[in-house]
Amino acid sequence: MRKWNGLLVTTLIPFCCFIVLFMLVPLLFMVMGSFQGEGGTGWTLAHYKEIFSNPFYHQAFKNSVLISVWSATMGIILSVFAAYGVTRFPVKWQRRILVFTNLTSNFAGIPLAFAFIVLLGNSGLFTILLQHFGINLMDSFHLFSWSGLTVIYIYFQLPLGVLLLFPIYHGIQESWKESASLLGASPFQFWLRVGIPVLLPSIAGTFSIMFANAMGAYATAYALTGSTYNLLPIRISGLVSGDVFARPELGSALATLLGLTLVAALLLNEWLTRRIRRDLQ
Amino acid sequence: MTNTTNHANKHVLNKWRRFHFYHLVLLICGLYLLLPLLATVLYSFATEWNKTILPEGLTLQWFATLFQDLRFLSSFGRSLILSAGATIVSLIVTVPAIFAIVVYAPRLERYVQALVMTTYALPGVIMAVGLIRAYAGKGISMLLVVGGAYVVGMLPFIYQGTRNSLRTVNAASLMEAAALLGASRWHAFLRIIVPNIMPGILVSGLLSFSMLFGEFVLINILVGGKFETLQIYLFGVLNRSGHIASALVVSYFLIMAIISGLLMKLGAIGQSQQKGESQ
Repeated sequence: MRKWNGLLVTTLIPFCCFIVLFMLVPLLFMVMGSFQGEGGTGWTLAHYKEIFSNPFYHQAFKNSVLISVWSATMGIILSVFAAYGVTRFPVKWQRRILVFTNLTSNFAGIPLAFAFIVLLGNSGLFTILLQHFGINLMDSFHLFSWSGLTVIYIYFQLPLGVLLLFPIYHGIQESWKESASLLGASPFQFWLRVGIPVLLPSIAGTFSIMFANAMGAYATAYALTGSTYNLLPIRISGLVSGDVFARPELGSALATLLGLTLVAALLLNEWLTRRIRRDLQ
Repeated sequence: MTNTTNHANKHVLNKWRRFHFYHLVLLICGLYLLLPLLATVLYSFATEWNKTILPEGLTLQWFATLFQDLRFLSSFGRSLILSAGATIVSLIVTVPAIFAIVVYAPRLERYVQALVMTTYALPGVIMAVGLIRAYAGKGISMLLVVGGAYVVGMLPFIYQGTRNSLRTVNAASLMEAAALLGASRWHAFLRIIVPNIMPGILVSGLLSFSMLFGEFVLINILVGGKFETLQIYLFGVLNRSGHIASALVVSYFLIMAIISGLLMKLGAIGQSQQKGESQ
């Protein structure tokens, strides 16, 4: 490292202050709080014990993991094909599509929930349209429950997946395809033996980002179901900020567990990526 | 592609069945992404739309009501000030630090990258819990705390944009040249580096701003109705009037579209994603 100089020191001090004050200190307080008794007195494991023994919190975990895995799976399948499709367009159109994708990736949270209420809610556009054909959407689909949440979660996974996977396809060069076909490989064989193995680490990486994205998503579910649908982020915010039922220490423990789940997902992805890459070499 | 006659024949054949599976997927995805938007736009111009397939009439009434609503206007102003303020502070704090690290202490970059990953992966709910535990009920303005968290939360976007620009302009050799000519480090940074990486700074700033403009989690959990931003106002209106809410969503989407258009003009979307392969 080169010598410390005035510029380095004066720019790093405020930067580090912000990081410490608004990231490290809060995280530390959260983890510490999760081991403290109600009202911040004494040290205890009671909150973790309660979470592991209370079926209500099991369900919150289960629902969150299920909707995250399901929406990430659907999202990755769709975006693998969609991102490839985008690369087949002329460059000018690719850009237009990416701008639109980027725009929809910003369309999340409350506005997104509302757009789906207009489309699929109790008097939504599709609901009425189907009624005219004699189909009652409400029989099989409820926007304000599991099925509705899944549809919306996939909506915000999709642009994310396309934006993350699109650059990867540029890594697959046209010349590889040509060489493969010169050597007698069919397009199917090319994708099976060359394309997909090259893409796999990125697909796994994108999947874990999507998973983490859905695990932490709060605004959409909150806007749609308030606090009735049992998801981890909803439970956490209720425990921390609720006026009547506030139990911040328990909320801290849940948030710590959520954080650990995300860390585990990202580490698993790192490990998988490295394994796949080593196999390639 | 046409190296063998066999292949050339295939190519001709393919012209007859140009429709591939990925076209179908693209079509489905396009409709999926577009339909909720179109429905909202239509709804915001509709007079009465409860039983019929198409709205009974079109009107600008909802937009007029919305833009005359003082609560809407002030919540819009609050969102604007909060997001722009946090973005500017974040740029002032982060850009010089990243510059200094990239040029003078490249070994620290590893830690910055780890920080970037953490901030990116950390959901708002977890941050909210931590910030409440650390600062609530201690006489500190929670609004300032949210602002501080916003400043830190924008690190991934600002880091990405700034580092790429610094690489493109080759900041280290620019600084050496400036030093040879007798310029002080700060002088060289402010007069040479900053103007050169301005497009990158602008892109990071716009991205951060649009992110923060849509932020709901932290502000709702930490401050709530005491500082009604656009998102919180929308949440309140959601259950009162669908038409006004849709006019609001359409306006919000327009702002996002304008920012996206600016980003495209600046070459941040499309170009950078194609450059992504070299990273």
